[in-house]
Amino acid sequence: MTTPALRVRDLTVRYGDVLALDSVSLTVAPARICGLVGTNGSGKTTLFKSVLGLVTAEDGQVDMHGHRPREARTKGIVGYVPQTEQVDWHFPVRVIDVVMMGRYGHMGPTRRPRRADHDAVTAALERTGLTHLAHRQIGALSGGQRKRAFIARAIAQDANLLLLDEPFAGVDSHAQADIVDVLHAMRHEGHTLLVSTHDLAGLARLCDEAILLQRRVVAHGPPERVLTPQNLVEAFGGSTGTVAEGVR
Amino acid sequence: MTALVEWFTVPFQFDFMRRALLVSVLAGATCAILSCWLTLIGWSLLGDAVSHAVLPGVVLAYLFGLPFAAGALTFGAGSVALIGVVNRTSRVKEDAAIGVVFTSLFAVGVVLISTVPSDTDLTHILFGNVLGVSTTDITQILVMAAVVLTAVAVKHRDLTLYAFDPVHAHAIGLSPRRLEALLLGLLSLTVVIALQAVGIILVVAMVIIPGATAYLLTDQFERMLRIAVAVSVAASVLGTYASFHLDVSTGGTIVLAQAGAFLLAYLFSVRHGVVPTAWRTLTRRRARPPRRDRGLR
Repeated sequence: MTTPALRVRDLTVRYGDVLALDSVSLTVAPARICGLVGTNGSGKTTLFKSVLGLVTAEDGQVDMHGHRPREARTKGIVGYVPQTEQVDWHFPVRVIDVVMMGRYGHMGPTRRPRRADHDAVTAALERTGLTHLAHRQIGALSGGQRKRAFIARAIAQDANLLLLDEPFAGVDSHAQADIVDVLHAMRHEGHTLLVSTHDLAGLARLCDEAILLQRRVVAHGPPERVLTPQNLVEAFGGSTGTVAEGVR
Repeated sequence: MTALVEWFTVPFQFDFMRRALLVSVLAGATCAILSCWLTLIGWSLLGDAVSHAVLPGVVLAYLFGLPFAAGALTFGAGSVALIGVVNRTSRVKEDAAIGVVFTSLFAVGVVLISTVPSDTDLTHILFGNVLGVSTTDITQILVMAAVVLTAVAVKHRDLTLYAFDPVHAHAIGLSPRRLEALLLGLLSLTVVIALQAVGIILVVAMVIIPGATAYLLTDQFERMLRIAVAVSVAASVLGTYASFHLDVSTGGTIVLAQAGAFLLAYLFSVRHGVVPTAWRTLTRRRARPPRRDRGLR
């Protein structure tokens, strides 16, 4: 059996008295796109933070391609595409500068880019359709282009396991289709993608498998088997009204 | 024309003026570099805090005959650590933690000053005395400036990454905590360098205004660094000369020159200035009605 791209075992995370993740176990095989759905506060962000090693777990273990988080980070195995709200869009960097930051793990201590780094950045910009916008300040992009800029950074980084936090939030359907195409191409090349999303309707088109999270794993499997009415009620709450609210 | 040349050459014949120019230019350059990251991260208040918190260190160094840099650095770094401790271990928010720590340390310095019989040298610490720097002072400043410039030359890309996206820095195996510590250490060094030029009270201007000015003028970080340094060094030179000719406070004049540069950028920066922005809004509004008329017909 091949080593899983991501393996989480009995992960429990607590913020003070609040239980954020309750003994979560899951395995994602390489070259898969796995959707992560659940309400706000269901533990999606906490799961990402645990995988990245940003929060200390009370119990449990995370492996990426057989490496513990610290090792995975220094080896450049894991990449992260942040939520829109986490980025300072007024920061004086251009698209090309942001994408180059994906290469820092491949560079020497002063991060002076070499030939291979410039080539990787050029290729990543091309793949995401941002070549003509390379010298724009990042805040001067549309919602979909902003997302693609950070996906381009992940492509340039060439991380095997990629965590994408709400890549479709605030993006119109046309731009969303572009992003989905880029993600499918990445999977085709062997990257593994864990994508948190609120877009239940588009889940089947995006993902090979889905995880429904509500502090614990409610369901994990093919999207159509995860998104059953029964599971959704369990994850999103009692009435259909609250389900709709959770989806938004 | 000769009058203008003499305005620059005559003061340069004096040894104390050459020293003053060297110190204020070094202070201007190092502070300008740091100011770019400080303004982008939102650490302006922290710059203010560190500069005030070094006062007791300087007074103690003076009392015990130690190099002023040793005392100032101890208290500069100590204040940052203390702010971190208060912030993490109590429910007090960061800005309040900063406010409590630096004013308290500054008060310690004020009390210590009042115990010193002759306080002429210490008022120089508060308001700067760049025209009276000694050779020992210059040696200390040169060493500290060399450390800051070397660290920045090696690590500036990592520091910018930390300022922009610490989570990505963490994800690729860097330590945001260590980069933060490096930046705070450099801030302490820079503040101590600039103490000699403009004094404790005005140091904070040196670590904010150049970065804030450059931020109004460009959307590219490397260019922002260059603009900040150019503005700051120019203000240092002009301020030092002007203070000589007008016989007024050097520190005050340098900061006023920086403030003048900020005002110009604030008003006239092509992209972000108040005047060009208002002009664009105005011309757009004027252009709109005819288009709408055509649409109606």
